[in-house]
Amino acid sequence: MTTVLEREQRPLTSTKANRSRRLGELSFQGLLLGCTGVGLIVLGILLYTVFNKGGSRLSVDFLTSFPSRRPASAGVKAAIYGSVWLIGLTTLIAVPISVGAAIYLEEMAPRNRFTRLIEVNISNLAGVPSIIYGILALGVVARGLGLGFSLWTGSIALSLLAFPVIVIAARESIRAVPPSIRQGAYALGATRWQVTKRAVIPPARGGILTGCILALSRALGEAAPLLLLGALVFSASVPNDPSDRYTALPLQIFNWINRPQPGFQITAAAGIIVLLGVLFTINGVAIALRRRGPQTW
Amino acid sequence: MTTLGTTTRSAGGQRQPLNLRRRVRPTERIIESVLLLCGLISIATTVAIVYTLVSNGLDFFRDFSAVDFFTGTVWQPKGAPQLFGVLALLGGTLLVSAVALAVALPLGLGAATYLSEYARPGSRRILKPVLELLAGVPTVVYGYFALRTVTPLLQSVLGDEQVSIFNALSAGLVMGIMIIPTIASLSEDAMSAVPQSLREGAFGLGCGRRRVATRVVIPAALSGIAASVILGISRAVGETMIVAVAAGSTPNLTFDVRESIQTMTGYIAQVSLGDSQQGTVDYQSIFAVGLTLFAMTLLLNLLSQRFVTRFRQVYQ
Repeated sequence: MTTVLEREQRPLTSTKANRSRRLGELSFQGLLLGCTGVGLIVLGILLYTVFNKGGSRLSVDFLTSFPSRRPASAGVKAAIYGSVWLIGLTTLIAVPISVGAAIYLEEMAPRNRFTRLIEVNISNLAGVPSIIYGILALGVVARGLGLGFSLWTGSIALSLLAFPVIVIAARESIRAVPPSIRQGAYALGATRWQVTKRAVIPPARGGILTGCILALSRALGEAAPLLLLGALVFSASVPNDPSDRYTALPLQIFNWINRPQPGFQITAAAGIIVLLGVLFTINGVAIALRRRGPQTW
Repeated sequence: MTTLGTTTRSAGGQRQPLNLRRRVRPTERIIESVLLLCGLISIATTVAIVYTLVSNGLDFFRDFSAVDFFTGTVWQPKGAPQLFGVLALLGGTLLVSAVALAVALPLGLGAATYLSEYARPGSRRILKPVLELLAGVPTVVYGYFALRTVTPLLQSVLGDEQVSIFNALSAGLVMGIMIIPTIASLSEDAMSAVPQSLREGAFGLGCGRRRVATRVVIPAALSGIAASVILGISRAVGETMIVAVAAGSTPNLTFDVRESIQTMTGYIAQVSLGDSQQGTVDYQSIFAVGLTLFAMTLLLNLLSQRFVTRFRQVYQ
């Protein structure tokens, strides 16, 4: 960077004004770099404090114990089972529907006002606060459909939350497939669905997968909608089928944070390490997948 | 399928070109309708959100006057008299959002400028996803950080008696960090979309990089930057877990960021944790608060989209 700066501002004659201008340029660049760095430094401090506090509490016992009144023996077993169930069901519900909607909008939808309405609607859904999805699921799914505070209700809420995110990401990677590929397939006599299935989806698959993973990892860390759906229970058992009640990792952490005993702060920090560990692994996989794609044409 | 590439014969015996569109493909029809159905789920979701909020909200407004709800400044759902003045919660929401914006606007804009105007492509490829990590941290983790790290820090700097354990300041500061990527990434898109010729023109007039960035690129990208800021506000307004953990549960119309407050989202969270019976007025109030919250974020999002379309139209 400095070489560019120097070349650009090499003074014709070395004057005081020139020197002060160059100083101004450099300090401005430093300021901007600082702005970029602050967030990362805070993230570093966050990780450090969490590990510092909860690291000692991490053990196999912590992963395989149920919650307890005594902080030293409390564990995340029920929360992990609940979260795995939730994300599994959310994947089954959200991925096919969202990818289907994305394929429809990119490949099949006629360009008319109705399609435009769906598009605007999806981008608005992406901006709806997550707790509103909790209210929706509470009113419509838990009470309206009578599913109560079950895993079904929780995963439907998370699916609705993930839906717009996946649609937007999937559309982007489908759109990245150049029209010439489609035209080539049409020229060979393929029907619209054959074009989509054989020519468009295979190259877009990587991007779609990355979008799904990122959306689901966000759903995994989400706590707000589940608060309204009764997921904050003291459970000493693991759910066995989707109509069971459950707790989830972020809510278990929330519960521990809210307890007055200092011991639970350590437990909360250890729970956070587990949650962040899972999320960073998932995100790492997504980034690695993105590295390998996108196909160049 | 077998007629592909051939011609059909009409009743009059004349040869007509095959109309591919009129071929019947039942399976394809079914597949396309299923996919259309997936798209329609988005409409159904919006309708369901509005229906739930409005129908339950109307129940609430039968018991408590809508005028008093929107103009009242005291929120005491358990007190006598029961008062639901949403301005007390709205004030809390706006206070926390203002703090968050005071952090995220300069930092996000600075980061966007650096990434768009200064960073080399290689370091941008690394910095951008790392910055995005900030948006990927679960908000309950940010809540923990606000309550257990930032608040004690504020108390040791400003004095224990000055800052209450739950306060708007620490929640707002941490929320600001959370929305940096929202502002940075959309602003950076807008700045990168500014045509290179504008920059070169300014360089040609003898401007340095700083002037080009502040006098040419940022003004030219202003509508995109505005969109990112509005989206950031909308995120801050709708954020729940940070305020539920760290901002307290005292509905309090104040400008003092060191006090405990309660936001709209914080109230909804609190009720869902409490022992309010379904069907009571204070339980139904979460739908009225939710309706207010939904309307606010919807307006902000629509406004933001309007600005985005504008910068897309100008430069792309």
